[in-house]
Amino acid sequence: MLLIKCPWCGPRDEHEFRCGGQSHIARPGPPEAVSDEEWSRYMFERINPRGVHYERWVHAFGCRRWFNIARSTADHTIFAVYRMTDAAPQLDGSGESGQ
Amino acid sequence: MSEGQPFRLAVGGAIDRSRPLRFTWSGRTYTGYAGDTLASALIANGVKVVGRSFKYHRPRGLIAAGVEESNALVQLGEGARSTPNIRATEVELYEGLVARPVNCWPSAEFDVGGVINLASRFLIAGFYYKTFMWPSWHLFEGLIRRMAGLGKVAPEADPDRYEDRFAHFDVVVIGAGPAGLTAALAAAAVGRRVALVEQDCLLGGSLLQDSAIIDGLDGDAWIAAARETLAAAGVTILTRTVATGYFDCNALALLEGLDPGRHGAGRPRYRLWQVRAGRVILATGAIERPLVFSGNDRPGVMLAGAVRHYVRRFAALPGRRFLVFANNDDAWRTAEALADAGAQVVAVVDTRRDLPPDCVSRMAAREIPVFAGAAVIETNGYKRLRSARVRHATGQVTDIACDGIAMSGGFSPTIHLFGQAGGKLRYDKDLAAFVPATCPQAAVCVGSAAGRFDLADLLENARAAGEGRPATKPARVAFGIQPAWQIGGSGKAFVDFQNDVTAQDIALSARESFRSVEHLKRYTTLGMAPDQGKTSNVNALAIMADETGRTVAETGTTRFRFPYTPMPLASFAGRARGELFRPLRRMPGHARHQALGAVFEDIGGYLRPIGYPQAGESRHDTEQREAAAVRAGAGLFEGSPLGKLEVVGRDAGAFLDRIYANRVSNLALGKIRYGLMLNELGIIIDDGVVTRLAEDCFLVSTTSGGADRIAAWLEEWLQCEWVDLDVVVAPVTTAWGVLTLTGPHARAILEAVGTSIDISRASFPHMSFRKGEIAGMSARIHRVSFTGELSYEVAVASSRVPLLWDSLIAAGRNRGIVPVGLDAWMVLRTEKGYLHVGGDTDGTTTPLNVGWDHVLKKASDFVGRRSLTLPHNRQEDRLQLVGLAADDGKILPIGAHMLDAAGRSQGYVTSSHFSPTLGHGVALGMLNGGARRIGETVTLRTLKGLERVRVAPLCAYDPAGDRLNG
Repeated sequence: MLLIKCPWCGPRDEHEFRCGGQSHIARPGPPEAVSDEEWSRYMFERINPRGVHYERWVHAFGCRRWFNIARSTADHTIFAVYRMTDAAPQLDGSGESGQ
Repeated sequence: MSEGQPFRLAVGGAIDRSRPLRFTWSGRTYTGYAGDTLASALIANGVKVVGRSFKYHRPRGLIAAGVEESNALVQLGEGARSTPNIRATEVELYEGLVARPVNCWPSAEFDVGGVINLASRFLIAGFYYKTFMWPSWHLFEGLIRRMAGLGKVAPEADPDRYEDRFAHFDVVVIGAGPAGLTAALAAAAVGRRVALVEQDCLLGGSLLQDSAIIDGLDGDAWIAAARETLAAAGVTILTRTVATGYFDCNALALLEGLDPGRHGAGRPRYRLWQVRAGRVILATGAIERPLVFSGNDRPGVMLAGAVRHYVRRFAALPGRRFLVFANNDDAWRTAEALADAGAQVVAVVDTRRDLPPDCVSRMAAREIPVFAGAAVIETNGYKRLRSARVRHATGQVTDIACDGIAMSGGFSPTIHLFGQAGGKLRYDKDLAAFVPATCPQAAVCVGSAAGRFDLADLLENARAAGEGRPATKPARVAFGIQPAWQIGGSGKAFVDFQNDVTAQDIALSARESFRSVEHLKRYTTLGMAPDQGKTSNVNALAIMADETGRTVAETGTTRFRFPYTPMPLASFAGRARGELFRPLRRMPGHARHQALGAVFEDIGGYLRPIGYPQAGESRHDTEQREAAAVRAGAGLFEGSPLGKLEVVGRDAGAFLDRIYANRVSNLALGKIRYGLMLNELGIIIDDGVVTRLAEDCFLVSTTSGGADRIAAWLEEWLQCEWVDLDVVVAPVTTAWGVLTLTGPHARAILEAVGTSIDISRASFPHMSFRKGEIAGMSARIHRVSFTGELSYEVAVASSRVPLLWDSLIAAGRNRGIVPVGLDAWMVLRTEKGYLHVGGDTDGTTTPLNVGWDHVLKKASDFVGRRSLTLPHNRQEDRLQLVGLAADDGKILPIGAHMLDAAGRSQGYVTSSHFSPTLGHGVALGMLNGGARRIGETVTLRTLKGLERVRVAPLCAYDPAGDRLNG
């Protein structure tokens, strides 16, 4: 039951949010320039790290705005909350990356 | 002794002898006192056998006094309130209480199932993996299911009330023993907002069985003073409340049981608290461990601390001739408590060779024999303990007559919540116990939960914890324990009493090459019963360590999971039952439908009419009548739940071009176009029409199930991917109510009701939009059709829908207007071959399966486009939507598959109705390569056998669209 600090509304229960999975995935295009493999990776391939995971969240039952969270998949510690348009913060790894 | 209670002491105990309570156990009536639990009252009345064990049906008595009780599971109450598997130690006695043992028949004393005990040598751990398989498991299934399980669930709905509470506290202290009370006092004194949570009905914890002097006061006086101070400081004190779960960010689940004697109509039985704490102090105590020796499960063998608890707190004597068997100093206090209460202590048997001199002298003063370096290796007596066989240090073996054994194998700090919080444990060799080490969350353990057993030390540490200071250095005091994980002996030595797992079973799993404790647990089912191994886990893994040549620390513990104790399912539901289970929305015109006798169903979270039956009509009759009436005259249908999203901005058109599979930006002002929305896999996720209201404003309509979902979908793309587009999405679904007037008389009815709009055919063609007044109200009208007839979707402010409804019904009365429900609505659209997303489509359907191949010609990119060009979506024989007709005109069953020559599926029926207008069945379905097979006949497999169906064009009625464009 995470306590998430929405950048606009402040700390709220996890119930009010929805997780949108891995963040910082750019949509490849234009379609004619994208190979089947690249498109498949965009649709299906996701990292699975033990440690910091940069992921999208939306305050669905609140302000309905999307933002990013850097969260530990091992013990759910939230390291950072930052805007959708910001770059991922540089964090020292607590755990190895899954790639 | 009290009259009728042969084992009740005359004085003492936290019971009220002026308030006797009658209760019924296993069909017999007994008397206890206010302040008793069911367990203590049974003990006071001399009831020895309280149940039968799960697997072997061995007679069992009480073993403990708290939540760790493994044997005395009872069926509490009768009728709809009957609750299975409640621990007798946690049931507060009340007048008229009715309870019976579980897992035995006809009674615990005389149990027919006891014959199983004769076959017990075959019922070893995991026996069911090796048996009951030939010739077929199903032959044994019925018998095993009847015998499995413990209590019975009442078949009626639970009539009691369950509530939810939510709260925030700076500090939550779990456990109100000396450590917990001290921590709470300290936290309150520095101004924190505190909650004190105690599972018992009384505060005091271990002080209730072992009094002590704190701040110059004896136990009771100190507890009373503490309570007063806490109440004055505004501390929330919750008794009868178990903290069952510790989740992320200090979120806690607390189950509060309200006074059982007083619950009744309107008063809640349980409250489930969801609490967020700034930090948590776990003063959860420690649970005593049994010793593992042959015959350690006979009625009369109990945990030493529990014996003391019954004697001191409840003035109930568990036996008259006790033997104390221990590997530590603490159990010796039970010998003294028993002697003080007038029981005979026949011996103290201690596995340690060197005993503390003061312990020995205290026993000598009472003339109690002490045997050092000795062990109980066997017990005697089937339904009651009769004697214990003791092996002395010399090797000599004697039998000692006794009716009770107070055993102690040490203490395990209660660190379950600490473990749930993510805390890590450390094995302390001096204590022979796992103690808390580090925790990623703000949780600290105090008192015996932290492995601190010296009073002065634990009070000082609890004070520090309450104030938020770091832990104080622990005193190196233990109770002289020397681990004796397994005592030798030939019979069954029980480790897990509740699931009947013995030391021999653990040895078996080691022999069968199981190494991990998690595998041991699941193979033997040790620790998997309702008591979740509270008295058995540490003994088991220590024995496992022995058997596999590892240390206890290396073997480790199994994972701790929520909930700590069993919780009634209804407590999770709380108030969300029956009508409150799911929020149901009503359409703006609900009262009108109700007044007309509509039959409602929950469709997409809205109560919607499926039909308006007239007298004597079946559901099918109503559907057919309404559908025919629409094509003959006119129908009135409420479409308010369909999603309406205004998409506004300079880039609105460009944005919608990316969202829809077809082009939108070139839609002319006041025109309407039907579109499909896809996800990135190219799958259709929604369909609907889009209207251009202005240069920079589009009204997107979605399916009623898509109203919220598509609004969120559009926002996701705008906020996450195309962040530079100048677009705003405004959901207006509930602002507008919509009534659809459809049928050949629709125009005449609109004229009759009065409108400012020129509704002539030339001025207001199909798929266009007008604004104006209807029946004196400001309205938007979209000329779109789901029925294939002349159709006007009239949108007014939601609050005005009833007025619009009345106006249209009145104007249509002599023109054949009929209210239409969803059943008939679906017949009409199927006759036209119109798509129903989620009915004709599923999670694999792309536009290329429904005849929308032209989207690939669109110049610009859109969501899902790239996936449509993947090979598997382009296959020539892919499923394609077609019409289907039975040769004899019958209705085809939805879901029936069409078979190819080899008998493999080549498609299936997706929609099917009887058409009153055409006089035969109409159906749609998916068929491999269907678009090129119109006119073919295929085989359909139904539940009745094989039938022949014709592949037909999608549209069965008015394919030219004359009625549509009228």
